[in-house]
Amino acid sequence: MRTLSYEFPADRPAARRSHVGVVGSGDLEVLMTPANGNARVRVRTSVDGFDTVWRTVLERFFARHRVAASFELNDFGATPGVVTLRLRQAIEEGRA
Amino acid sequence: MTVTEWESLLDRTSFIELDARERAKALLDEGTADELCGPFDRIESPWLEPQGVVPQADDGVVVVKGLLDGRRVVVIGIEQAFQGGGIGEVSGAKIAAALSLAARDSRAGTPTAAVLLLETGGVRLQEANLGLATVAEVCAAVLELRALQPVVGVIAGALGCFGGVSIAAGLCTTLIMTAESRLGLDGPEVIESEAGIAEFDASDHPLIWSIDGGTQRVRTGLADALVLDDVTALRSAVAGAVRQGVPAEHRSRRIGELRARLEAVDPAHPPAPSELAAVWGRPAQSEGDQG
Repeated sequence: MRTLSYEFPADRPAARRSHVGVVGSGDLEVLMTPANGNARVRVRTSVDGFDTVWRTVLERFFARHRVAASFELNDFGATPGVVTLRLRQAIEEGRA
Repeated sequence: MTVTEWESLLDRTSFIELDARERAKALLDEGTADELCGPFDRIESPWLEPQGVVPQADDGVVVVKGLLDGRRVVVIGIEQAFQGGGIGEVSGAKIAAALSLAARDSRAGTPTAAVLLLETGGVRLQEANLGLATVAEVCAAVLELRALQPVVGVIAGALGCFGGVSIAAGLCTTLIMTAESRLGLDGPEVIESEAGIAEFDASDHPLIWSIDGGTQRVRTGLADALVLDDVTALRSAVAGAVRQGVPAEHRSRRIGELRARLEAVDPAHPPAPSELAAVWGRPAQSEGDQG
């Protein structure tokens, strides 16, 4: 298991918190809590050795979606596509 | 399949395909669901991370209070996708506490029934003894509440209900299953690994369902209702069970009947699963799902 922390510039505050997904095989859970300033991401993942892939996937996501919030990701082996979909779902549910 | 059967199939909303939170909310009256101890309370298991296992913010148990056909209920759902629905210290304590609070409310003049959505392999091995202890607390809490208000167990599938939690299922006022679901003390793979493939072949699905499956469990009277995998059908079955209230005698109290059943089976020459209902003197029931 690995715990990773990232921070990305953001300027669009989330309206409300949201929770999506489950810590099940090939899936992940996302807890999004609105916060001022940057997008702060804490990842706990069951799979070791993918730090660079996580950085790339998250960098790309937060370059397009500059949502100011704290993101807690509890991952159980989700692929980059699933990670991106769950993050999209979290920010959509966090809209006003 | 006729045209009408196809149409009714397409009209169905599968309960099995919902996650635990969606299942709990699907049972409750629109707009009445109120989740207790949810993911943002972050009461996760303290034992998983030190063992290299990623925790879940709600520890895999969803507790939602609300109304079901206007009656107060608390729905407690186990999320089967997280750790195979395994019960740990926190998730077990959440179930036991929710049941005890319903009992407290019922005694204080606010009758609150409970609905248990059971999809679990039993105790979570990473939390061994603590998990076992909380399953005992869950059983005690079921006994406490069922004297006051119905405790309705639902095993919808796809995982089924095994291990210590199957004892809690056996204590429920009413137990509702689907044909897809399973109920057993030891799961098929546990039996196979402990006693060998000649005893139980865990890859033989027809064999497993002929013994553990919902159809057989209802036919032999170890569960009460076989319901279609459909939100509306399950909701009406659960509402009906809540409406029935507390029975004069619970199944688990009928010791004489249960002992006679054990005596009727010779382990050296066990009956075929299809013969079991007759061996236990239960009248043949009509096939097919209710609702």
